[in-house]
Amino acid sequence: MLGSYPIDGKFGKYGGKYIPETLAPAIEELESAYEKYRNDPDFQNELSYYLTEYAGRPTPLYFAENLTKHIGGAKIYLKREDLLHGGAHKTNNTLGQALLAKKMGKKRIIAETGAGQHGVGTAIACAVLGLSAEIFMGAKDFERQKLNVFRMKLLGANVYPVESGSKTLKDAINEAIRDWIANVKTTYYLIGSAVGPHPYPMMVRDFQSVIGGEIKQQIWEIEGTMPNAVVACVGGGSNAIGSFYTFLDNKDVRLYGVEAGGKGIKSGMHSASLAAGSEGVLHGMFTRLLQDECGQVVETHSISAGLDYPGVGPEHAMLKELKRAIYAASTDQEAIEGFIALSRLEGIIPALEPSHAISYAMKLAKEMKKDDIIVVTLSGRGDKDVEIVQDYLNKNKNNRKKKTKHAK
Amino acid sequence: MQNRIAEKFCELAEKGESALICYVVAGYPDPETSKQVINALVNGGADIIEVGIPFSDPIADGPTIQAASNAALRKGMTPNKALHVVRSVRKQHPNLPLLAMTYSNILVRAGMKKFMSNAKHCGLDGFILPDMPVEEADIYLLTASKLNLATVFLVSPNTSEARLREIVARTTGFLYVVSVYGITGARSSFQKYTLDTIRTVKQVAGAKVPVAVGFGISRPAHAKNMIAAGAEAIIVGSAVINKISEGSGKKMLNDLQNFARSMKKACKNE
Repeated sequence: MLGSYPIDGKFGKYGGKYIPETLAPAIEELESAYEKYRNDPDFQNELSYYLTEYAGRPTPLYFAENLTKHIGGAKIYLKREDLLHGGAHKTNNTLGQALLAKKMGKKRIIAETGAGQHGVGTAIACAVLGLSAEIFMGAKDFERQKLNVFRMKLLGANVYPVESGSKTLKDAINEAIRDWIANVKTTYYLIGSAVGPHPYPMMVRDFQSVIGGEIKQQIWEIEGTMPNAVVACVGGGSNAIGSFYTFLDNKDVRLYGVEAGGKGIKSGMHSASLAAGSEGVLHGMFTRLLQDECGQVVETHSISAGLDYPGVGPEHAMLKELKRAIYAASTDQEAIEGFIALSRLEGIIPALEPSHAISYAMKLAKEMKKDDIIVVTLSGRGDKDVEIVQDYLNKNKNNRKKKTKHAK
Repeated sequence: MQNRIAEKFCELAEKGESALICYVVAGYPDPETSKQVINALVNGGADIIEVGIPFSDPIADGPTIQAASNAALRKGMTPNKALHVVRSVRKQHPNLPLLAMTYSNILVRAGMKKFMSNAKHCGLDGFILPDMPVEEADIYLLTASKLNLATVFLVSPNTSEARLREIVARTTGFLYVVSVYGITGARSSFQKYTLDTIRTVKQVAGAKVPVAVGFGISRPAHAKNMIAAGAEAIIVGSAVINKISEGSGKKMLNDLQNFARSMKKACKNE
C-alpha cells in the first residue's frame, strides 16, 4: 500500500532526518506530539472547525466548461484552493501546524517564505490562534515581494530579510533552521511545504490531503465516478501530494505533477528537480536536488517564486521512482499561456504556480477522450502575480518589435 | 590499528595536556594561504586540524563560517580541491591528525565510498558531519570503519542520556560536544549549562573516547573553564576565521600563531 508510507521516516530510500544533533530532541518531541494529535478527535474537530468556519472549506470543485469546450478534449475540473482564506492552499497546512504548536505549548512560531504566500499563511494562522510569528525571507525575495512583506507585518508577524547564500527561499529555510537550533526549547518551526526532515513531509501531506479527500467526494457526487487524471504543480510539492495522496492506491487515477520548466530544461534555468535533478541531502532530507557535480546546490529559476526551489518533497521522489506519478514540466511561457487562458475563458486569474498545471492539463485534455475527467488543483489565486505577468508580456512585446525591425 | 588522532590523545594524556583543535576553511582566503594558515596554527601549538570543505548550504554554521565558505566557493573551491589542500598539508605534517568537517551532501553526491577512500588516500584521518545523525549513518559508519577513518559525532546540551549512549557507541576519534544552543560563531561568554553538559557527557563517555568541546570558543579563559569541567580538547573555528578575515599576509599568520599559542597555553593549564 503506497498510502502507508513513510515507513520509519522514509519514502522508500528518500526522506529521513539529516539534522544537526541539537534538533534531534525537538524532532522527537514533534513526532510524538503529532502521533498523539493526529489520532485525537478533539484536535481533528478543532482543526476542522477552523478549516470550515474560518478558512472556508470545502472549496468548490468547478467544472471549467468554457476551457473544456475551447480545448475540445477531456472534461477539466478545477479544485478551487484559490478560494481558500489567504488565497492559496497554504492555509490548510499553517492552520494544522499552528494548532499543533499551540497544543505543544510552543508560542513562538518561525517559518520561511519564498514569495511570501507561506509567510502570509503562517501570519494568518498565528494571528487567529494567538501565537507570535517570525518569518525568514531571502533578501532578494524581500525586495521583490514588498506587498507580501507588508501583508505579513499587518497580520502581526516580524519579517527578517536573509542576506546569506543566494538570498532566496533555500537560504530562508537555512536561516529558519539556524534560528530553530538556537531557540529549540521555545520555538516551533512551521515549514511550508512537504519537505524537510521527517515527520514534516508526512505531516504537511496529511494536512494538505484535505484537498484530495474533497476532490474524491465531490467528483463522485457530480460525475458518479473517479477522475481519470489529477494534475497539480510541484515546487516542494505540498499541494500536489495533498491532491494525490487519497488516490495513491487507486491505480486507475493517473497522477501528474508539473514542475517549473523555466526557460526550458536544456537552458539549465529551471526548477525541475524531479526532471533534471540528482539524489542528495538538503534541508534534512534525502531527495532529488538541483546541484552541481560537487554537491553544491545551484540557483534555480522560475517565473513563479512558489516553484523556485532546488529540492522536492521526498514522497514525490519516491512516486517518480515507482512511476506511480508522472512528472512533467511547463516553461515560463507555457505557464503564462495557461494564466491568460484561464483568466479569459473562465474569469479566474490563477497564481503562476498552478498556471503550470493548467497549461499541462490543456495539453493532456486534447489527448484524452471527451468523457474522460481531469481534475487540476488550482492551488492559489493570481492577484500577487499580475505585475510579473504584465512585465513578462511587455518585455516579450518589445522583443518582438526589435525582431521585426531587424527583419526589415 | 591506531590512527593519528588516538596517538595524539595518548601523547597529550601522558603530558597532562588537553588538545587544541583548530578549524580552517579549505580555500579561504585562497588554497595557498589556507595551507600557510594551517602551518601557523600548528606552529602556535594546534594539535589537530579540522579542514572545512565548503558547502553551499551550511545549516549548522553562523555568519563567520558561512561567509568564509561562500568566499572559497566563489573562488572555485571544490571538494576535490579541498582534498588537494589536505594532501599537501599531509606531506608537510606526516603525524598531524587531520579531519574534514563538511555536510552530508558532499559525500552523498560523490558517492560515500568513493569520496571517503579518496579522502583517506589524501591523508585524512576522519570526518565530522554536523547533519549526519546516528540514525542515518549506517553506510557512513561501515565505510569509515573499513577505511579506518574516524567518525566524529556531535552531542548537544539537550541530548538525552539514552541518545548520548548511542552516540558514544558510534563515535570514534573523539566526541564533539556542542557547547551551546546555537550555530557556530565566536561568543564572549558561556552559561552554566555548558559546563554541566561537559560534565554529564564526560561521565557517559568515560574512558571510551576523548571529549572535545566546540562552538563559540574564542578566548583562553573559555578553554580553561571547559577543561576544568572535563574537556579533553578545545575546538576553535570562527575565532580563527575572524583573524584570517581581519588581517592579511605575514601579520595575519603571526597573529594566528600567537592566538593558537595563547589557546594552547590554556590547554596546558598554564
